[in-house]
Amino acid sequence: MIRALSVLTGCAVLACGLSLAVGSVTVAPVELWQVVVGQSDGLARTLVLDLRLPRTLSAFAAGGLLAIAGALMQVLLRNPLADPYVLGLSGGAATGALLAMLAGAGVVLVSGAAFAGALFATLLVFGLAHGTGSWTPSRLLLTGVVTAAGWGAAITLMLAVTPAHQLPGMLYWLMGDVSYARLPWPSMVVLVVAVAAMLPLARSLNVLARGPLQAAALGVSVRPLEWAVYLLASLLTATAVTSVGSIGFVGLIVPHMLRLVLGNDQRIILPASALAGGTLLVLADTLARTVIAPEQLPVGVITALLGVPTFLYLLHRSR
Amino acid sequence: MTVLSARDLVIDIPGRSGGAALGLEIKPGQIWGVLGPNGAGKTTLLHTLAGLKPPRQGQVQLDTLDLTAMPRRTLARKLGLVFQERQDSFPATVLETALIGRHPWLSLWQSEQAEDIRRAEAALEALDVSDLGTRLLNTLSGGERQRVAIATLMTQNPDVWLLDEPTNHLDLHHQVQVMRLLSACSRRNKAIFMCLHDLNLAARWCSHVLLLYPDGQACWGSTEVMLVRDALEGLYGQKLIELHKDDIRLFAPASD
Repeated sequence: MIRALSVLTGCAVLACGLSLAVGSVTVAPVELWQVVVGQSDGLARTLVLDLRLPRTLSAFAAGGLLAIAGALMQVLLRNPLADPYVLGLSGGAATGALLAMLAGAGVVLVSGAAFAGALFATLLVFGLAHGTGSWTPSRLLLTGVVTAAGWGAAITLMLAVTPAHQLPGMLYWLMGDVSYARLPWPSMVVLVVAVAAMLPLARSLNVLARGPLQAAALGVSVRPLEWAVYLLASLLTATAVTSVGSIGFVGLIVPHMLRLVLGNDQRIILPASALAGGTLLVLADTLARTVIAPEQLPVGVITALLGVPTFLYLLHRSR
Repeated sequence: MTVLSARDLVIDIPGRSGGAALGLEIKPGQIWGVLGPNGAGKTTLLHTLAGLKPPRQGQVQLDTLDLTAMPRRTLARKLGLVFQERQDSFPATVLETALIGRHPWLSLWQSEQAEDIRRAEAALEALDVSDLGTRLLNTLSGGERQRVAIATLMTQNPDVWLLDEPTNHLDLHHQVQVMRLLSACSRRNKAIFMCLHDLNLAARWCSHVLLLYPDGQACWGSTEVMLVRDALEGLYGQKLIELHKDDIRLFAPASD
């Protein structure tokens, strides 16, 4: 367990270092080290600490948040295909953000609208799935999938009626865009708090993965735990979506890859998801802004292009 | 030493009104067998006794405490059950599966210690599946999975054991092995309560029997009194032959 997390921490540090070093001007490793230990000033310092670090940290936090949210949703719904995006959370967030953009709002308002949209989608799915009876995982999943389709239609409608000059900004938001993320600290704090809050519950989650009846028979208070997990996963997704837009695949693929390699102990999977999800998004963002520099690619495309083959390879060689 | 008792208990079967109110005391050292045709409510009864399903009427008590008044974790240290159906959505190894039996005994921040692993391994050994420890559950046969589920309950080590058809999928040798194990547990003052379809296992190993009829009627008592051919023929709607060999009673379906 310690070894796996050390390796992942090492990867995360390397990815962040790479992300800080490359770009329009390359910062040599020696220079980067001097900046880190505070022995540098001038251009390299401004470049690394003021321009690149916020973006790198934002990408890391968002990737970690999405991966943890995915891991939690998969245990909650006992469905390996569950993902906050499948449940329409990102659809709600995107609808909120696009509405704000249509109204000509600034970056802050767009973020706020995305957050509100994600929370609204969460409550909508939960309320509808509850219905007149009690909710079951399959009911929650189906409700989520159907509302996600509804959000998709709303998004397409808005894109269709939007004036052409506003379209690129919207499309970039929909595919995920880290370049607007300037305030990494809220996301980082949410990430650290979420991991710390979930670790004591991780063993209960292991038991919950065996089904609610088995979990109850082993002493888990199933309903409160399920509520807590659902609300937390929604909050994490909303935070991530608010800072970097809608980025798919991270929440689905990262926990899966880790389960194939490390097994399904949530005490390892949750912190490992935070590290691996963050690493993946930092690498993807680094690629997105360097491959065809000075132009930038949408980072969601890169996560999919990196994630899909890796995932298929791991699935192929798994037991 | 824990006594599980049902007071004036009517289980909640959808679409069935009425039914006998059960007044049972399941005491340490006893082995109860619940017999009845498909759909009579054996599983529902088991889940109600475990506090997983609210009854239509009456209470279930552990010693003098109502189940609904107990925190689930406290309850799980005293009462455990083996389900008939299990969800294996995620891959897990046999040893990990047995180890989740320790969950109610560990606090939030504790992880499994060497002692917990030793208990799980001993349980797997007792069920003859210790050599499968690192195998994934979904690669096992039905009977092997059944034995792992019983090993999980053994690792949990509660005072009251509820088992839903524990001999399902097991070959003859392992059926006997499991019944011997349960009988040994009852001698160590565990109370055992299980649903069964095999009259011969019930006749040989159970101290008490509860007959559950499809219309909700029920009768219960010691095995010698309850397990008679007439009652069983009425219960299953099936003619039976009863044989005696040494001290063993055997039942077989008659060919009309």
